[in-house]
Parts: sequence; structure tokens; C-alpha cells
Amino acid sequence: MIDYDYRKPGNLEEVFSLLKEYGPHAALIAGGTDVMVKIRNTRKAPEVLISLRGLKELSYIRKNGDYHIGALATHRMLEQSDLVQRELTALYEGASRIGSVQVRNVATIAGNICNAAPSADTAGPLLALDAQVLLQGPEGERRVPITEFFTGTYKTVRKETEVVTEIRIPAEMERFGSAYWKQSRRKAMNLPIVGIAVSLRLDNATISDARIALTVAAPTPIRAYKAEEFLTGKPMDEAVLAEAGRIAASTDCCTLRDSLRGEAWYRAEIIEAYVPRMAKLAAERIN
Amino acid sequence: MKKVSVSFTLNGDPVTADVPVTWTLLKTLRDYFELTGAKEGCGVGECGACTVIVDGQAVNSCLYPIPEVEGRSVTTIEGIAEKDGSLHPIQTAFLENNGVQCGFCTSGMIMSAKALLDQNPDPNEEDIRKGIAGNFCRCTGYVQIVESIEMAAKADK
Repeated sequence: MIDYDYRKPGNLEEVFSLLKEYGPHAALIAGGTDVMVKIRNTRKAPEVLISLRGLKELSYIRKNGDYHIGALATHRMLEQSDLVQRELTALYEGASRIGSVQVRNVATIAGNICNAAPSADTAGPLLALDAQVLLQGPEGERRVPITEFFTGTYKTVRKETEVVTEIRIPAEMERFGSAYWKQSRRKAMNLPIVGIAVSLRLDNATISDARIALTVAAPTPIRAYKAEEFLTGKPMDEAVLAEAGRIAASTDCCTLRDSLRGEAWYRAEIIEAYVPRMAKLAAERIN
Repeated sequence: MKKVSVSFTLNGDPVTADVPVTWTLLKTLRDYFELTGAKEGCGVGECGACTVIVDGQAVNSCLYPIPEVEGRSVTTIEGIAEKDGSLHPIQTAFLENNGVQCGFCTSGMIMSAKALLDQNPDPNEEDIRKGIAGNFCRCTGYVQIVESIEMAAKADK
């Protein structure tokens, strides 16, 4: 018999005190689309679920210099935000392709990254957009670059006493264009076989800055630094982009594996093909 | 097992459920209120047979913890026809276009269609297909369902 208590604190202080009281016996829940599934599938539950849905003040998307996305912003909010669609397009593409409308209506951005699946659809875009994760705990707030947030498959730097409160994307991203490709067998209700997110800036026809992120290409979502370095300062042409694709798909950047969803060679071919395509799309989207 | 008392609006009526805190909205609808229109297909948010509308948004009731329903407004398939029994235009359209075969997906499908049309009264085919992407039908091949929703949108004008 699955048994647990369900608490609905009204503010962060109450969340911290519950986390302190229950320690490893508590789990945080927001939209529940990962937590409730896990409880059902494993037939195991923590002693208490601490719901964050009462923290209404964490449900926002705004631009104030930087872009600020509250932890409880749902994928549906991201999908329907003109700001995200126009200026953080890769994130729009990631958020709008998760699950179904029903899932996106409740699943939150912080939940997606805290679950830390290698396939998380917002993780690639957030890596390409240089996001930072704000965590609050009883000792105060800290900011972690998303490049350091994932420590392993389903593992993050979040301490047991902490709550992710905001995702922040630097203002300079307004000068970048971005794009995300989710390779999957169906158009909906599917996890990516592999995911490719690219953001870049151009100085005339020269790539002055580029970020490439890959999902399901390693135990965590990753950046393809070697491919980014190669692109920087190069002209935006077919040969350059093709080489960047080859570097991104190589063992210099990722550790591809065979799995039920796809084999390593296939993932490599998709990365190689789609890094150039996403780079071109990102370039077209520079505002 | 700890129990919880949850008050909310169900198909327009104020209700209170006294149920175990671990129950989902789906289980509460079916086993406490005996509203068996919403179905459990997969139980993990993939098939959409359990779809109901909470505060205007389609959700998978199988993943919705009952304590979260406090103070909210829930609409199920049982609540969309008129009080005199006359059907909602989406229900009529499903009947007239063979949008129903075995019927297991139908209540969830209609609730997703309703949430879509409430937000977008004039959807194109792609909007419709995206709106029902989280509702699996293993009989129809979806064509008659998409046509039913198109017809319901026209009928509403």
C-alpha cells in the first residue's frame, strides 16, 4: 500500500522548515507529472510530499534587463509567452514539445530540470541560452550556472534543504538567435532520441559567439564546447557548419550510447546533420 | 492512512470530498463521486482517457493529487450537457461524425476538445491535432475525431 502525507505550505519559510523536519524522507512536488508517475511505477513513496503549488509568486515570466522565469512557470506558460517565442525561441521549442497539453498545463520548468533526465526538453535550450539556476535555502540564495547544475543522471547540485526559485537568462541573449531540434519518432507524447539546441550571434557574416547543447548525448544534458570553439570567429558557411556538426557528434563532445530509443551511430548522424540546420535557423532568428 | 477534506466546485456545484490524502482527482471522481466518465487508461499521464478540465485547463486527473483541487473548479464529461439533458455541441458532433467507436477515449477526447475550443473557437486542423495529441484513440485513426471537432467549432458559430 502506497502511503504518504501531502503538505501544502503557503510560503518558502514553511517549505524550508518542512524540508528540515523531514530531511531525506521528503520530496518536493510541483506539477507532479514526474513525481506521481515515479510513485506509481516504483510503488514507493517518500514519507511526505511537499507541494510547491501554493507559492503562486513563483509563477512568472518577465524581462527586466535579464529574463526571469519563475520556478513554477509551466511549460504551457512558456509555450504561450510571446516574449519566449520571440526572444528565447529554442526554449519555446523545447517547452512546446514536451508531453501533451494536459502535461504542459501543470508541468513546471524547475521540475523539468530538477528531475534531471538526460532527455529533459528544456535543458538543451537552457544550456544554449546560458541560463542560471537560483536556489534558495535557509542560509540564503545562490546562483548556479546551468552548466554546473546537472551532476549525473537524475542528479543535480540542489541540496536537500534547497528549493529552485528562478531560472535566469542573461540580457545579452536578446542579441542571439536560437533553435532547438527534438529528434523523436512521433510528433507528440515522446521523449527525444537526441536533442540539439544552438544559439549564436553574428558580426556581419562571422559567428562571433555560439553555444551548442545536446541532450541524450551523455549522462546529463551537455554543452559541445569543442564545436563551439571551432565555430567562433568563423564565417557562417556550409563547410564550417558541417565541421562543427562532426565535432559535436564526436567523442570530443559526447558519450553516445545504444538504448531502446535509438542507437549511438544514429544519434551521432542526427547531431551531425542538425547542428548545422539549427545554427542556420538560429542565425535567421537574430532580432 | 491520513484523510483529507477537500472542497471544490464540481460541474458547477460546491462539493466536499473526505478521502485519503494519497488519492488522485481521478480516483476521487470515480470512487467517491461515482462519476465514471473519466477513465483510467495508463495511469501515468500518457493516454489522456482521464482528462478533465480544472480552472479552464485540460489536465490528466490520474496525476492530479486530490489536495491540489481545494478551491478549484472541475468540469468532467458529466458536466458539459445542459441540465435538461440536451447534448453539448461537441458531443453531438462526435455522434454525427462517428467520432466514437469503442468509446473508451471519448470522454477524455471531448474534454480536451472542449478546453481547446474554449480557448480557440476557430482552430485549424493542426491546432486540433495538437490539442488532442495527449489523447490516444486505438480505434478511429483520429480522422473522424478531428472532423467532429471541426464540425463542433462550426456549429458553435
